[in-house]
Amino acid sequence: MTALAHVPTPSGQAAPPPPRRGRHRALPYLLLLPGAAWLLIFFALPLLQLAATSLYDPSGSLSTGYAMTGAVGNYPEALQAYWPQFVRSFLYSAIALVLALLMGYPLAYAIAQKAGRWKNLLLVAVVAPMFTSFLVRTLAWKTILSDNGWVVGLLRDVHLLGPDGRLLATPVAVVLGLTYNFLPFLVLPLYANMERLDPRLLEAASDLYASPLRAFQKVTLPLSMPGLIAGTLLFFIPATGDYINAELLGTPNEYMIGNVIDSAFLVRLDYPQGAALSFLLMAAILAIVFVYLRKAGTEEVL
Amino acid sequence: MRISRWLADRWVMGVALLVLAYLSLPIMVVAGLSFNRPASRLSYDFNEFTLDNWTHPCATSDMCDAVVRSVQIGFIATVVSTVLGTLMAFALVRHRFRGRSGINLLIFLPMATPELVMGTSLLALFVWSDNQLRAIFGFGVPQGFWTIVIAHVMFCVSFVVVTVKARLAGMDRRLEEAAMDLYASEWQTFRRITLPLVLPGILAAALLAFSLSFDDFIITNFNAGTTVTFPMYVWGAAQRGIPPQVNVIGTAMFVIALLLVGASSLRGRRARRAALTAPAVGAGTAKSRP
Repeated sequence: MTALAHVPTPSGQAAPPPPRRGRHRALPYLLLLPGAAWLLIFFALPLLQLAATSLYDPSGSLSTGYAMTGAVGNYPEALQAYWPQFVRSFLYSAIALVLALLMGYPLAYAIAQKAGRWKNLLLVAVVAPMFTSFLVRTLAWKTILSDNGWVVGLLRDVHLLGPDGRLLATPVAVVLGLTYNFLPFLVLPLYANMERLDPRLLEAASDLYASPLRAFQKVTLPLSMPGLIAGTLLFFIPATGDYINAELLGTPNEYMIGNVIDSAFLVRLDYPQGAALSFLLMAAILAIVFVYLRKAGTEEVL
Repeated sequence: MRISRWLADRWVMGVALLVLAYLSLPIMVVAGLSFNRPASRLSYDFNEFTLDNWTHPCATSDMCDAVVRSVQIGFIATVVSTVLGTLMAFALVRHRFRGRSGINLLIFLPMATPELVMGTSLLALFVWSDNQLRAIFGFGVPQGFWTIVIAHVMFCVSFVVVTVKARLAGMDRRLEEAAMDLYASEWQTFRRITLPLVLPGILAAALLAFSLSFDDFIITNFNAGTTVTFPMYVWGAAQRGIPPQVNVIGTAMFVIALLLVGASSLRGRRARRAALTAPAVGAGTAKSRP
């Protein structure tokens, strides 16, 4: 058995099998059909419907029906009314991303390279927050950051907060919540990447008189780029579209674009505006992702 | 030099442990609050120890209804998305066909699209088709239980495909070839060799799908009509005051998930150990035979 395992297979394990008789030619399409149809009907088609909705005549309503008038003006109007929330969404998630990188990078590195036999246990600890409900664990921050809690008490004692300064219902709470909720999405791809980092490369760097900082800059950081790119995107996309943290930990002054879209569809019932804002959000995120991938993919990192 | 390297190592591990503490703090708070008798409905502070929440988890019956509904939706969405996704994974790993890159894109995009966009676009579709159906047939498809199921299957399928694909791609094709060489039919090979080998991947995918479905708020919120799932119940209750039993459910979810992970890793370790010691045991029994 062991001897057999070492015999090289001429066909190779990854190569797909050669095409077979007629019955088999249709098989892949039959296998794909139900899933692909589901995704086309309930993912792709709705995007078209959303695009159409964003161009409805805004003077209509749900009960009287909307007329399709190609009202492109919905876009500048929506943007004019809600640009602060748009800017805030990207600003909050960008700050949260920086915080998450400061925490997540050392964490991923430590688990991948330094944890030894504790590796699996630490990995479980990283994903553990996701074992419980998103909303319940976000509400827990209300307790932690409460005005009567020990965190605020401590910060007041050391005069980082004024005597009636608070954390809850401030941008700080929202950003902390975003950082916490999406940190595992950043850490996991980073970890998967760094696990394959050969420690001998760092030894080689130090043998060649590189300082630890320089070794990090020239070896660890460039090699971890694919994980870093995947992780930042997995963090940034849901964080920008999130409105649970802003709603539960903030006030209307901290509302992000998601809160506006939610109320446009479910409270104000202004479908054209909500659809236009959704599309703007998607376009903005896609543009950022595209530019980011181009930059990170082609240019040498520092 | 060596001292600074030593310090650097410890420094990284220290930061890592602090970050892990940050990540686990809310879970401990949830567990703690599950034993709390709150001072008032809108208070989030710890007041007084009690076991009442655990002994009467359904004191607010709305909440338990919502939990049951979430489990039902999660179960149906898991079964459907696991079947659809597994079929797609087999097609992608095992077959050559035209249009592969298009299919890959169709699978990738739902994972990269903000939930908000998927939720609102499905809402737009459901409202539009409801109106069309009403105009033609006189009855429509109101939003509720089944529109939630449709939405959940949609966002779970991609994750199932990715998970099962990873397992399939790492599988040794020669095991199947060996079965075929020993005159197993294609069906027998699939039933006796392929399926048992892929099953852990399919189970992992199903668990992932269930947890995604059970915990989804944003997409559900846009497509639920008046149906209330557990996350939607919590969302609504956050305005009116959270019953402490919510933390009981949160803690129970955490413990169940932890037990599942623990059991699977234990099984994996035992299987590995069995694989390592099997030849030795075989030799031992052979020798002891007269």
